[in-house]
Order: sequence, then C-alpha cells, then structure tokens
Amino acid sequence: MSDMKQENINSTKYDIPPEIEGQVTITTLDKIYNWGRRSSLWPIMFGLACCAIEMICTAASRYDFSRFGMEVMRPSPRQADMMIVSGTVTKKMVPQIVRLYNQMPEPKYVVAMGACASGGGPFKEGYNVVSGIDKYIPVDVYIPGCPPTPQALLHGLISLQRKIDTQSIKEVRWYKKEPIEAIPIPILGPDIIDPREIELIQAYTQKKLEQTESPSEREET
Amino acid sequence: MSEQSTTPVVNFLLEDDLTNRFPEYVSPDTRKGYEGYIVSADKLLDVATTLRNEMGYDYLSSVTGVDYLPEGMLEVVYHAFKSTGGSGLVFKVQVPRVNPVVPSLVPVYPGADLQEREAWDLLGIRFAGHPDLRRILMWEGFSGHPLRKDWSEPYFETAGKPFKSRWPEGLIQRSEDEIPFAKNVDYPEGFNPETWVPDKDALLYSSLARSKIHGENSDIQTDTVVVNMGPQHPSTHGVFRVVVELDGETILSLKPVMGYLHRCHEKIGERNTFLQNMPFTDRLDYLSSMSNNFGYALAVEKLMGINPPERAEYLRVIMAELTRISNHVFAIGMFLNDLGAFFTPSLYALEERELILDVFEAVSGSRMMCNYYRFGGVARDLPEGVLEKIHGLVFERLPRRIDELDLYLTNNEIIRSRSEGIGVLTPEQAIAFSAAGPVLRASGVPYDIRRADPYSIYNRFDFDVAVRYHGDTYDRYLIRIDEIRQSLRILQQAVNDIPNGPIQEGKPQYQVRVPAGEAYGRVEGPKGELGFYIISNGKPNPWRYHVRAPSFINLTPFEEMCVGDKVADVVAILGSIDIVLGETDR
Repeated sequence: MSDMKQENINSTKYDIPPEIEGQVTITTLDKIYNWGRRSSLWPIMFGLACCAIEMICTAASRYDFSRFGMEVMRPSPRQADMMIVSGTVTKKMVPQIVRLYNQMPEPKYVVAMGACASGGGPFKEGYNVVSGIDKYIPVDVYIPGCPPTPQALLHGLISLQRKIDTQSIKEVRWYKKEPIEAIPIPILGPDIIDPREIELIQAYTQKKLEQTESPSEREET
Repeated sequence: MSEQSTTPVVNFLLEDDLTNRFPEYVSPDTRKGYEGYIVSADKLLDVATTLRNEMGYDYLSSVTGVDYLPEGMLEVVYHAFKSTGGSGLVFKVQVPRVNPVVPSLVPVYPGADLQEREAWDLLGIRFAGHPDLRRILMWEGFSGHPLRKDWSEPYFETAGKPFKSRWPEGLIQRSEDEIPFAKNVDYPEGFNPETWVPDKDALLYSSLARSKIHGENSDIQTDTVVVNMGPQHPSTHGVFRVVVELDGETILSLKPVMGYLHRCHEKIGERNTFLQNMPFTDRLDYLSSMSNNFGYALAVEKLMGINPPERAEYLRVIMAELTRISNHVFAIGMFLNDLGAFFTPSLYALEERELILDVFEAVSGSRMMCNYYRFGGVARDLPEGVLEKIHGLVFERLPRRIDELDLYLTNNEIIRSRSEGIGVLTPEQAIAFSAAGPVLRASGVPYDIRRADPYSIYNRFDFDVAVRYHGDTYDRYLIRIDEIRQSLRILQQAVNDIPNGPIQEGKPQYQVRVPAGEAYGRVEGPKGELGFYIISNGKPNPWRYHVRAPSFINLTPFEEMCVGDKVADVVAILGSIDIVLGETDR
C-alpha cells in the first residue's frame, strides 16, 4: 500500500538521465490512472437533510475540500463521479436517488454520509424512512455521525481516495465486456416496492391473505 | 405608532360572548388541563367567521388533528391569535373516527390550506369544501393514515420507549431480522405488485389551473407548459419540488410538492419519552436547533408548571438570538446564491456562521445538533472563556461584518433589479395565509411573538420589532439584516446582565413527570412562529406531539407570491421565504 502514495509516483527502479530529470516520469498505468481519478472527484450537488449543511460547510472556506480535488459540485449527475448521500433517505425520495445513481457515468462512487444514510439513524423506525441507502444502491464509504463534522466528512472522502488507489484498470467493472445493469427504480405502491422483490412480496401478501381468511388455523400452528 | 392611530378602532366582542352567541353549538372545554371551546362541526364556519370578523382573531396559527382512540373520536384543534398581539384562543371540533368530516376553514382562513391537507394525509380527516384535498407528505396510494393510533409501522415494537431490544443486556435485536424483506416495508394482504398502477401525479397536475391561452389573434389557442423543479435541483434548498404552469416565462399557477424529507417526526415523537424528543427537535430546522429546543422546552414547562432559574433564562435567550443570527446570515448567503452570485457572498456569510457554531460546540458539544435546553433549565453552564468569546462576537466582530454585508449587498444593482417588486405579499394576504416571521414582518405587519405575546425574559430587553412595508423579495432580504441588528442589541444587553446562579430548576431528570393536559408553546424562531402542541395523558410519552412549522406554513402563500412573475423569480422568492426542508416535511 505504501507505494501507492502520490509522492512515490515519481520514484521508480529506472534510471533517468540527469539532463531530463524532472521532465520525465515513469510509473505504472494503474498509478497514473488512479492518481488522475482520485484527484478530481466531482461530487453531485445534491443535499438531502441536515448532513447537507455540514457538506456545504466542508465545501466552504474553513474546511475547503477543494484541497483534495472535490471543489466542482455538479448539479447534473452526468458530470459527477461521486454521490454524497447526505441525509435521511425517505421512501418518497428513494426512486429519484436510484434514478440519479443510474444516470451517473461509470466509474461512480457512493458515500453514505451520516447515521441516516448509513442505516436509518434516529429516524430508522419511521414509516417513511429507508433504513440505509445501501438497501438500494451499493455504498463505498460509510461516515458515522449525526451529522458528521466536516473533519469526519473529509476523512471519509480521503478514505474513498485510498479505495480508488487500490483499484486496477485490468479488473474494474467499467472496462469489462459485459454491460453493467441499471438498478431497477423502486415503485411507490401502498409501501415502497423494490422491483427485485416482486415475487417475495407476492408470496408475503398471499400468505397474509390466507392467514386472515382462516384465523383458526393460525392459532393452531 | 402612526400605524396604530390610522387603524379604525373596532369594539371587539369579548370571549365570553362566544358561548352566548352560539349557545347550542359552542361549549367550553372542561376536560382537566384543557382550555378553549368545543365547537359543533355544523357551525364551525359561522363561529370562525365571528372569531375573525367580530372578535379580532384574524390569524389562524395552527391546525392539527388528534386521535383519541380510547374515546373513539378525532379532534381538530385550531389555535387562533390576534395580529395585534396577545394570547390566543383555542377551539376544537370533535368527529367520530369512522368517516370523519369537518368543514374546511380555507374560505375563512386561507392559511389552513396546507395544514388541513396534512391532517387529511396523516390522520384521515376529510375537510369538506377544501379546494385541493390531496395527500401532502406521503404519496397518493400509500396505505393508511399513519398518525392514527391504531396504525403501526413495520418496525413497530411497543407503544412507548425505551424499547426492550435496546436495553443493554447483550441481546441486541435488529428490527430488520423480524421482517422478510429486511427493511421496513409492509404490504396489505392480497396486494399484487404486478397489477399495481402507481399514481403518476395525475391529481397534482389536474390541480393546476390548466387554462387555455388565447393568442393575440383570439382564434389561436396555445397550450401552457408545465415545468417540474426538484426534488433534485440546486436551488430548492433541499429536496423540495415545485410544479409550475407557464405561459411563455410567466407563471400561471404553481403547486409546492413536499414530503421528500418526511421523517415521521410526530409519530416517532409520540413514542419517545418527553426528554427523548429534545434531540429530535434539533433536526427539525437544522439550521437553528437552539430555537427549536426553546419552543419544545416552553411547551412542556407550561404543562409541568415550572420556570427555569434566572441564569438559565439568560443562557436561553443568548443561544436563541445567536441562532437567529447564524440562521439569517446563512439565509442571506443562500439567497444571494439563488440570485446568481454563486457562492462568493455565502462564503463570507458562512465564515461568520462558523464562529457562532464554535460557541455552540463549546457549550453543547455539537456544532449543529445542540440538544442544549432541558425542562426547567439548560443542560450545562458556559465553559471557561466562552462568555468572553460571545462578548467579542456581539460587540466587535458581528456588528462590523453585518455592516460589511449590508454595504456590499444591499445597494447592488443586480440584487435590486432582481428582487424589488417581485413576489409581493400584501399585509392582508400575509395575515390571511398565516405567514409568520420575516415573511409576515416584511409585509408590514409588526408581529413578533417576542413582543406580541412575550415569553421567557424578552420583556426585559430593549429592542425594536423589525418591519418593512413593501412585502417584496427585497424587503424580505432587508428584514433579515434588520433582525440581525436587533438580535445583536438583545445579545449585548443579555451578555452584560447575565447573573450567576443555578442553571436548572430542581434536579436534572431523565424521566420527567408531566401532568395530563394540553399545551401550546410558541417562540419566534428565525423562520417564524414555531409552535409545539403537546397533549399529555400522564404517561411517560406524549399522547400527541405536533409541530407548527413556520417553513411549512410560510409556503401557503407561495403560489400567491409567484403568479404573474417569471419562472426565474420562483427561485428568488423561494430563497427569500427561507425554508428548511427538515421543518417543512418533518
């Protein structure tokens, strides 16, 4: 891992003639590829709740995450590399979040900021609250806190950079031949419906129906 | 004073006359700990008209419902006030739980519009005569009305906290493991997702005016265009959605759509113990958590009949006023963002806010979610050196920086041309639509609860109620600068006068005893009147816990302000109302 550090990019086993030293760099493709990506992670400009305010503070002059290459907040998902899910995800909002995630081009990353986005947080028991965005989209980094301080958010973003450093161009999913499936968008029914679970829901509601039709059987079993 | 002398003197009816006027339909509420009148549903409109026209209760602050499951009835509770000040009047309507219908008060008090929709959505009370009775926080098609006491969510464990599963016996259960889907969803029996047709907002779009427009040659008809802004939009201040109907660029009608951050605050609040609700109030208007604590503490203290000691009162006022400043500088910064001055003014505004957050972190341990107020006091005293820091802020740094903001922004050509005369709300409309806080005062109504119905120790301080008279977007910006200056005046007096002494009445308790009864506590929050309506039945959890959220109710006149202006002005007008979605949707 230590050789993945940015300052080690220039140190190679190869001797560089002294007259062109400082003008030529020899490195591996993975390192230069990841270095470029990790230094220009553009988040999608998208705030959900309280955590969004701390995200704004992190973007402002005191904490300033542009020091790490993240200053360009993009209002359009098409131009973003990373989604900071900053706040409570509700059932009414989750179809839009999944849609935004699908619209982001690969490579894309998701940071679950705060207790609510990670697992529902203090509002977990609420009828309109999704207990963690990872129930719908894959998450790369979880940041604890309610809300996480700007320092914690910065730490989470640096952790994401470390994760990027470990990826290899040979293995990443976005250069594989097979297409990447979009995540099916949840449907607002009597409760939120995940299209991946339709059969499970049918079995569940049928069983419930049978139970209410013959309550005596239920008591026996 | 000249304002008052020009208004005609009206001999208002006294409250006692209400029962005489409608002897068979109005009776005093005699339940122990309750106040106000119970009105028969048939005569509600007549009583409300009398209240407004003859008794002077022209400002309907809060409308909410209560589910009395044991008594088998639903109750709609109205809190009306006089826009000239003074304490309020409560009146209630009782209807059976099966098929409850109450006449809508929108014709008398247009400010009831969104609140009645909320009561329909969450409690299933139908308001006859409401112009647009749709669900507001949940979506059309959601099963059930969640605030009913016999409705329980998938993760339901017991009616009151603390839950057994969270007791530290090493046996931690996850709610997910109890449910086949491993998330908090539940479906009615026999529901088939394959045949389900989701609501495509047909009701929402049909509520727009949808008028055909005649071209200049009257035989040509053109269609209007419907534009959706949000819920993911950089200038909606969160997950807020606006549907506008346009003729070219001109707005014909507009509907706010909310609920994208509905976190079930009230349902969770009715399960929490009284003290457990305190940190939840932080997350209502997350830009001004101290003010939210203040309102909730006042409401519960009213029920308990206690008062905090002197030093705690001063600490409360200092924190609430610092919150107002931090909220207003943030609001001004974001308003400038909305006008297109992308991020430069708001960086300066955020710099000042950070200094205030440092004070909050020092006294409460958290930058944003302070959880600082307690029933009968505050959580802890000021650490060493913090009073000096506040002193430096309110005497030196903040007055200078506010003057600087004022100097560079107020007379800026672009700001003036984008905001002067845009989104006008007249004083009559502002009162009728129950607008509160800066929105109401920028329309020329000098109504500030700190003066109109003083709470805590605000009657000791020398300050003016900021008021502006044009009611446009520019005045709503200016009034925030005025209010910051008045808050600084209060702070300067409070910092000089703060006495030493205890900060908590009696012993601090985790489980407070709250006698049965109802209470409505209200404070002048940075966004407007923040009210908490609490019903206790003597148990550790409140029976009803309702928040009168200013950001939510200030959206009632939003359409009124926008119609006739251009679509780009929607952003500016919304920025000048200054909503926070945590409070709008709760």
